[in-house]
Amino acid sequence: MIIKNIVQKNSYYDSATLMLLSSQVAKEVGPDGDAAVMMGSDMNREILEKSGLLADEGRAAGPNDLIFAFRAATEAEADAAYAAAQETLNSRSAKMRSEENVMAHSVEEAAERAEGAKMAVVSLPGQYAAREVKKLLKADCHVLLFSDNVSLQDEIALKKLAVERGLLMMGPDCGTAVVNGVGLGFANTLRRGPIGIAAGSGTGLQEVMTLIHNYGGGISQALGTGGRDLSGAVGGLMMEQCIRLLAEDPKTEIVVVISKPPEKPVADRMMAQLSGIGKPAVVCFLGGDQEEVIGNIHVVRTLEDTACEALALAGVAGNPLKAAYESLPDIAETCRAKLTDGQKYVRGLFCGGTLAYEAMLILSDKLGGIHSNISHDPDLLIAGTDASVAHTVLDLGDDAFTVGRPHPMIEPALRAERLVQEALDPETAVVLIDVETGYGSHEDPAGVAAEEIAEARKKLAEAGRDVVFVCSVCGSVDDFQGYAAQEDKLRSVGAVVLESNAQASTLAALIAR
Amino acid sequence: MEKKLFDEPMTVINLGLPGFFDSVKGQGAPCIHVDWKLPAGGDVRLLEILDRLHEMEEAEQNA
Amino acid sequence: MRKANEEAVRRLMSADPVLVDCRPAHEVLPGLSRNTFLHAGPPIAFEDMCPPMQGAVYCAMMNEGFAETPEEAREKALAGVVTFEPCHGYGAVGPMTGLTTWSMPMWVVEDRNTHRRSFANLSEGVGVGLRFGDYSPETLKRLTWLAEVFAPVMSKILREMGGIDLAPMMAQGLAMGDELHMRNHAGTALFVKNYGWRIAAAAPEHAEEILKFIGVGHDQFFLNIAMAANKLAADMADGVPGSSLVTAIARNGVEVGIRISGLPGRWFTGPAPEVKGLYFPGFTAADANRDIGDSAIMETGGFGGCAMATAPAIVKFLGADGVHVARETTDAMYRITLAEHPRYQIPALDFRGVPCGIDCAKVVETGITPVLNTAIASNRAGQKMVGAGMSVLPMEPFAKALLALAEELGI
Repeated sequence: MIIKNIVQKNSYYDSATLMLLSSQVAKEVGPDGDAAVMMGSDMNREILEKSGLLADEGRAAGPNDLIFAFRAATEAEADAAYAAAQETLNSRSAKMRSEENVMAHSVEEAAERAEGAKMAVVSLPGQYAAREVKKLLKADCHVLLFSDNVSLQDEIALKKLAVERGLLMMGPDCGTAVVNGVGLGFANTLRRGPIGIAAGSGTGLQEVMTLIHNYGGGISQALGTGGRDLSGAVGGLMMEQCIRLLAEDPKTEIVVVISKPPEKPVADRMMAQLSGIGKPAVVCFLGGDQEEVIGNIHVVRTLEDTACEALALAGVAGNPLKAAYESLPDIAETCRAKLTDGQKYVRGLFCGGTLAYEAMLILSDKLGGIHSNISHDPDLLIAGTDASVAHTVLDLGDDAFTVGRPHPMIEPALRAERLVQEALDPETAVVLIDVETGYGSHEDPAGVAAEEIAEARKKLAEAGRDVVFVCSVCGSVDDFQGYAAQEDKLRSVGAVVLESNAQASTLAALIAR
Repeated sequence: MEKKLFDEPMTVINLGLPGFFDSVKGQGAPCIHVDWKLPAGGDVRLLEILDRLHEMEEAEQNA
Repeated sequence: MRKANEEAVRRLMSADPVLVDCRPAHEVLPGLSRNTFLHAGPPIAFEDMCPPMQGAVYCAMMNEGFAETPEEAREKALAGVVTFEPCHGYGAVGPMTGLTTWSMPMWVVEDRNTHRRSFANLSEGVGVGLRFGDYSPETLKRLTWLAEVFAPVMSKILREMGGIDLAPMMAQGLAMGDELHMRNHAGTALFVKNYGWRIAAAAPEHAEEILKFIGVGHDQFFLNIAMAANKLAADMADGVPGSSLVTAIARNGVEVGIRISGLPGRWFTGPAPEVKGLYFPGFTAADANRDIGDSAIMETGGFGGCAMATAPAIVKFLGADGVHVARETTDAMYRITLAEHPRYQIPALDFRGVPCGIDCAKVVETGITPVLNTAIASNRAGQKMVGAGMSVLPMEPFAKALLALAEELGI
């Protein structure tokens, strides 16, 4: 094997573009090879060094230089991979150039040229994002800040500035919003309607809004706040702003709020605000312990319940989500027949963080302690890269998996190795997974998952047993990937596909019990 | 102070992932992509200086 | 800093340059001694000079009578017989090697209002070239002719007419498709068109040779005059406390140096860039020296790369792959400059003023460094021009200047 680095001086590309490119280019260098295309920052060079991909040319690169790093069988193979990488990058920049009228060189220029209300989506590296967001807010742009790694201090300052200027500053780490019917970040194709949502979590929002859409409801606006907004430190600055905007919006008749249970003073403030909006509200405290109706506020505990409650308030009758639970014990029974005695555990492998969280909660209710890399219980907390213990749910979007690689919602192949590994564990009964469709997501996520499942089942057959694969597609029936086709791909490899993550998790628990 | 957003004609400004630009364009919404470059080559001290200069300018303007 | 930069660029644009005279260097450069040799770019010792610069030193040594042969000149230079200083320190600029010594005639440009003066040496014309490091007998002969024949006639007509207003000439040059750095066809033609009769009247015995010298094949004749005009503007903008306006960009063939208004007299350097361009037949990039010359004073004032959009004809000469390069280059320069010069306009951009007053802070912020249009010197002594192209400056000098300014401001 040879290691080859090629450095392109003074060329900036954002890390996510390069991550995707890296995973494409890696396919060009054979099974024992590897490839990465990264900017030459200190951290990236360290990553390359650790992966054994760094050569002297790359060591000498600076933060403004682009490094192409290859481990390949031959020089020719490395060169071919380099050519492929160049082609992809150039076609991209050529395309952008040909649409010159849609390119701006700076935030100021973009803000000046943008007509009407201005809504910015920022997915820059976190350490530089705050600077640009500040400029955007000063130019009267609403902001969805997708980036993570933005400091708490910056978040508070930016949100204060936004509130002062009457703007939205959704994020950091806000993956999803649908504003005026336009999906931003990871978002879905939705019908417009009377339900307005403000959420502290991305996939949680996607799950609720797509369930509402799939069962006949409509969305006025779907806003995000970023996961840290309802912490004591930020104090729900943006949630308050979102609720206020939804309360004032004549098209919004029902206000839905989704978050993990906030600290008490923050929760109290939020409930007080909601009680005065003059519209019915649904509040999902994911993992909270209460389910109640307080005046105009309906408090629920799961994403699916949130969607059902909102649909009911909107007068969309007869959704079959709840009825589906009646058939789950029978399905579980059928599935269990395929298992042998030693198979007793659920292993959840999730691309969507909130879906992992919801699964963990539902499984805990029915099976007791669930080990997870996102558990709040130190006894149950495991590192993402550790082997699974008993019942385990993993959030594959966790940093441990994603340093130097694209998020699994963009590139679900990240899950492949782990999926086969979990399936082959003789104690595994159920592998529980999620599939996300919509804007921003992979173009055929179920296809990727189906291939993995087929591969795992082939190996299981050689070992003389099987595992139950349970999944749900988090997506709108109108997403470009094709909802029904995505479900069919999963069913064709023997997976059990349910209509919500809550149902899938419940079935997994029933099978393992 | 309210900057109207809901149900107004809206232009999306994208900084970062080109995929997000594509998806907004694909939905038929106006979108401008900012060809963002690492400011000051990512040098922390130079960035600090630039930020400080911007702050001083703002203070000058407001004075 | 905003106010400081506003003031600095206001001063830059307030220059009203008039070409008033053409005199030997020792008469007009204050403090110049016989053994002071001025060169382009930031300070550099003889031993560290690139081969064309050393070649120019041999030529100047022979021209000033310090040596008979290049070998003898080299020995004398190594022995420290003369001292070397940047042209910029004397209010002067010179293209390429910029070698300027005691007896050489200088264009004298004066600001109409403040009477401040700047200077540039004379373009030597084609086929010869101290500026490229050539020291052939033809080059030496040309230097003698310039000093003894050409300069006195120029001095005479300039004094007779009380000077030539340069701003309108430069503006007209832009309108006629010159960017005034690597294309001065129009400025040169205007000189002959407007003042040829004066030359004929003042010196009928030399008129033929002088008009042939300016008019035939010598398209860059006007460059040196325009350089003096821009040096004047830059010096007028210098010394505004706290300003990050760039008041000099100059290359000595090894390093490029810049100066900023807020830190007058200080150089901030980085490696001189390699020039991307088109080579004359028989030459390749392997023959090229790194970027050299004070002529980047043109970009400092808003011409050259800054004004490239007005000169689409130049792109082929510079080896650029299309006219879009001219437009894109000017567009990029608008993003790192403080103003648009109201007197110097680009008709094709709807008479928008040239991007003027490069801001070191904007350069650092945007990562866009100035682009220079330039000639390419050979990397051997005793040779001439080998090509022309565009050079993109490194970030290093701008970063260093901003760090120093921050220190000065206590940031």
